Amino acid sequence: MAHSIQSNIHTDKHDPVNVTNPEHAEHHIVSPMQYVMVYLTLLVFTGITVGAAFIDMGALNPVIALAIASIKMVIVLLFFMHAKYQSRLIKMTIGSGFFIFLVLVTMTLTDYMSRAWGRW
Amino acid sequence: MANANPTATHETLVHDAHDVHEHHDLPQLRHHFETEEQQREAGSFGMWLFLLTEIMFFGGLFMAYLLYRNWYYPAFATASNQLNVPLGTINTAILISSGFFMALGVWAAEVRKKNVLVLMLVLTTVFGYAFLNVKYFEYKEKWEKHHIPGATFDISEFVNPPIDAKTGKPTEEPLAPDMAQKTQLFFFLYFAMTGMHALHMIIGLVLLLWLIYRANRGEFTEGYVAPIENFGLYWHFVDIVWLFLFPLLYLINRHPLK
Repeated sequence: MAHSIQSNIHTDKHDPVNVTNPEHAEHHIVSPMQYVMVYLTLLVFTGITVGAAFIDMGALNPVIALAIASIKMVIVLLFFMHAKYQSRLIKMTIGSGFFIFLVLVTMTLTDYMSRAWGRW
Repeated sequence: MANANPTATHETLVHDAHDVHEHHDLPQLRHHFETEEQQREAGSFGMWLFLLTEIMFFGGLFMAYLLYRNWYYPAFATASNQLNVPLGTINTAILISSGFFMALGVWAAEVRKKNVLVLMLVLTTVFGYAFLNVKYFEYKEKWEKHHIPGATFDISEFVNPPIDAKTGKPTEEPLAPDMAQKTQLFFFLYFAMTGMHALHMIIGLVLLLWLIYRANRGEFTEGYVAPIENFGLYWHFVDIVWLFLFPLLYLINRHPLK
C-alpha cells in the first residue's frame, strides 16, 4: 500500500506531459557550424548598420539602427545564449524581463512627454 | 512499514529518479537537487535572474540617453560625430568574435574536448582584451581633445567648427554656446555607458582567467559544464549591451551638413 502511493508520487514527478518541469528541459548542444552561421550573420548586420547610418533617411535612421540592433540581440539570445533550447520557465523569465523593462520605459516616457510641451 | 523512516523513503525516490534517467552522479551534484538536470536548470534560472537585474541597470542608462537625446538632439548629433566610426566598427567585430569563441567554448565543454575548451577561452580573453585596448585609445583621444565632462571641457570646437580646407565650409553645423554645453551630457553618457560596459568586461576577463585555470585542470569537460555555460550567458549579455551602444553612440548623425 505504502509502496503504491510512493510510486504514484514518483510517476507524477516525472509526468512526460509536464513539459514545464525543469527536469524535462532538453539539453541541446548547438553545433559549431550553427555558431559559425550566427557569427557571420552578426558581422553582416554590423556592416549593414554602419552602411545604413551614412544614408540620410531622416527619422528612419534611428529606427533602422535600433531594429538591426534588436535583430542582432535576438540572434545572440536564441543561439549564443541557447534561449531557443531552454525550458519554458527560462523562456518566460527572459521574456518577462524585457517586458518589464519596456513597461518602465513607456511609463517614464508618458510622464516626460506629457510635461514641458513645446520645450522638447 | 516502509514509511517508518521518512528519510529512507526520500532516498528511495531520489535513486529511482536516477535509474529512470540512467545517470551517474557527478561529484558536483549538490544534495539538495534531485537530478543533475534540475541543478543545471536552477543554475541557469538564477543566472538569468541576475541578467535581468543587469537589463534594468543598463536600462536606466539607456533611458537617460533616450530622454537627453530628445531634449538636446543637436548637441548629441554633433558630439557623436567626434566618435571614431571605424574604431567602433572594428570593436564591434572584435566583441562579436569574442562572443563567438565563447559560444564555441561552451560547445567544447559539452562535447568534453578539454584542449579545445582551453583554446576557446584563451581566444575569448584575447579578443576581450583587444576590445578594451581599442577603447583605451578612444578614451585617450577624448582626453587629449578636452572632451571629458568637467571643468576643463572645451566647447570651442562645437561653437566654431573647423573649416574644411577643400570646400571652405565648416565641417560641422555650428552650435549655440548653450547647446554646445549640452555636448557634455552626451560625453557624460558616453563615458558612463561604455565605462560601465568596460567594467563588466574587465570583471569578465578576470573570471575568464580563473575559468581557463580550472578548465586546464579538466574540471569542465567531465560532464559538469554549468560554470562555463553561465559565464557564457554573462559574456553574451555584455555583447548585447554593446550591440545597442554602438549604433546609439557612434551612428546618430553620420550625414552632417546636408
